[in-house]
Amino acid sequence: MQVNEYKPLIVAFCCNWCSYAGADLAGNNRLNYPAEVKIIRVPCSCRVNPMFILRAFQRGADGVIICGCHPGDCHYTSGNYYTRRRMAALFSMLDYLGIEKERTRVEWVSAAEGAKFAATMNDFVEKVVALGENKRLEDLRCKK
Amino acid sequence: MQKITREQLIDKAVALLADGTVSCVLGWSKGEFDYDVTPAMFNNEEELKANFVFNDFCGVNFSKYLVAKTQKCEGKILVFLKPCDTYSFNQLLTEHRFDREKVYAVGIPCEGMADIAKVKEICGDGISSIAFEGEKMAVTTLYEDAPVMLAANDVLAERCINCKSKKCVAFDELMGDEGNVIDSNRFDEVEKLEAMTPDERFAFWQNELSRCIRCNACRDACPACTCEKCVFDNPNSGVENKSPANSFEEKMFHIIRAFHVAGRCTDCGECSRVCPQNIPLHLLNRKFIKDMNEFYGEYQAGAEVGSRAPLVNYTTEDLEPGEVFDRRDTDA
Repeated sequence: MQVNEYKPLIVAFCCNWCSYAGADLAGNNRLNYPAEVKIIRVPCSCRVNPMFILRAFQRGADGVIICGCHPGDCHYTSGNYYTRRRMAALFSMLDYLGIEKERTRVEWVSAAEGAKFAATMNDFVEKVVALGENKRLEDLRCKK
Repeated sequence: MQKITREQLIDKAVALLADGTVSCVLGWSKGEFDYDVTPAMFNNEEELKANFVFNDFCGVNFSKYLVAKTQKCEGKILVFLKPCDTYSFNQLLTEHRFDREKVYAVGIPCEGMADIAKVKEICGDGISSIAFEGEKMAVTTLYEDAPVMLAANDVLAERCINCKSKKCVAFDELMGDEGNVIDSNRFDEVEKLEAMTPDERFAFWQNELSRCIRCNACRDACPACTCEKCVFDNPNSGVENKSPANSFEEKMFHIIRAFHVAGRCTDCGECSRVCPQNIPLHLLNRKFIKDMNEFYGEYQAGAEVGSRAPLVNYTTEDLEPGEVFDRRDTDA
């Protein structure tokens, strides 16, 4: 039995209207994606404050992915356009500070794209596993 | 060495006080030493003549002071604005942070400010006085008999070496020339960092940010940081005015601080000037400015009142967050 197999912790912020339903569809269709992905439902991808992402890393996440409706399909008309700009700036900054760029990602997943959701999560987890544990944005006080 | 003199500024202030245009003056006051010039309010000619100063150490950006002062002061406030201060002034007006009617702004030219850290590097500690003689600065220390003569260019602050503009963009009255926007090399340092490997960058920032003592001076001095309730003052945040117990907190504080002013930062350089640990905080802000310029087109915060900052705007054709890296990798 392998005891010390590395299991990453992935936080996925999914928007209520598209991506969360997409995740639901993936489940209904019995599509496999890693159990390490913890989904947090948000009203809109635009609700995700940069602080949420840093907090997730602090509390032990190894990767953070934000899923929202496709540009143009936002339930609130323009929320994901703001997300797109905000996250482009934030991820570029994280990379500038030397934090691995594979740990953060934005994907657009609609409610009909269960297969895309599963594929995205499989791919993302694979990339994060290749990187290993999050050391650069860890908080030792939060380690168990 | 500044072109405009203390006497000229005092004369202007006295004249405006006398004819009732303004009721008080926001200016630079003598500190304990010649180099620690302090912002102060002056109400009459005697106070101005006794304490007002203007020299190479008057780097303070007054724009942010107007937010609190215009609420307290009855009449108009006279404020002297250097070119970089006028950008912050416009940015605050864009955000409706103070009443334009309560301010009488006088634009003054600036030849660049001195960095006391650089003076101390050359002359050592124990500086007892600094006098200005022509183009030179005479620094007297406790340990040397003869003063050390320094040229203004030798001790110019980093932000002034890379000055982006000598143009006053907001004023009621202008003293001296209007000046021009100039081509600066302000993004050179950022590019140097971008060219490093992620490991090198991480080591660089770990080294710089680990010196942070969380005094919040960068936040308090920043003319873009004017929220009445700050996220870092929230006792439930876990990061409330604490000296960093962990390297995560330094990074989080500085990422979030820079992010909150992204797109609104006029690159006045106050954050780096006030940092007691000499952390190059402007490099974080400039990274955001450089990114925004590259991704969403050239934008200078504060160049005009009412312009829309890149992060509160969008187009349907914006690039995807993932493409940011693809673009850079193909460039390299």
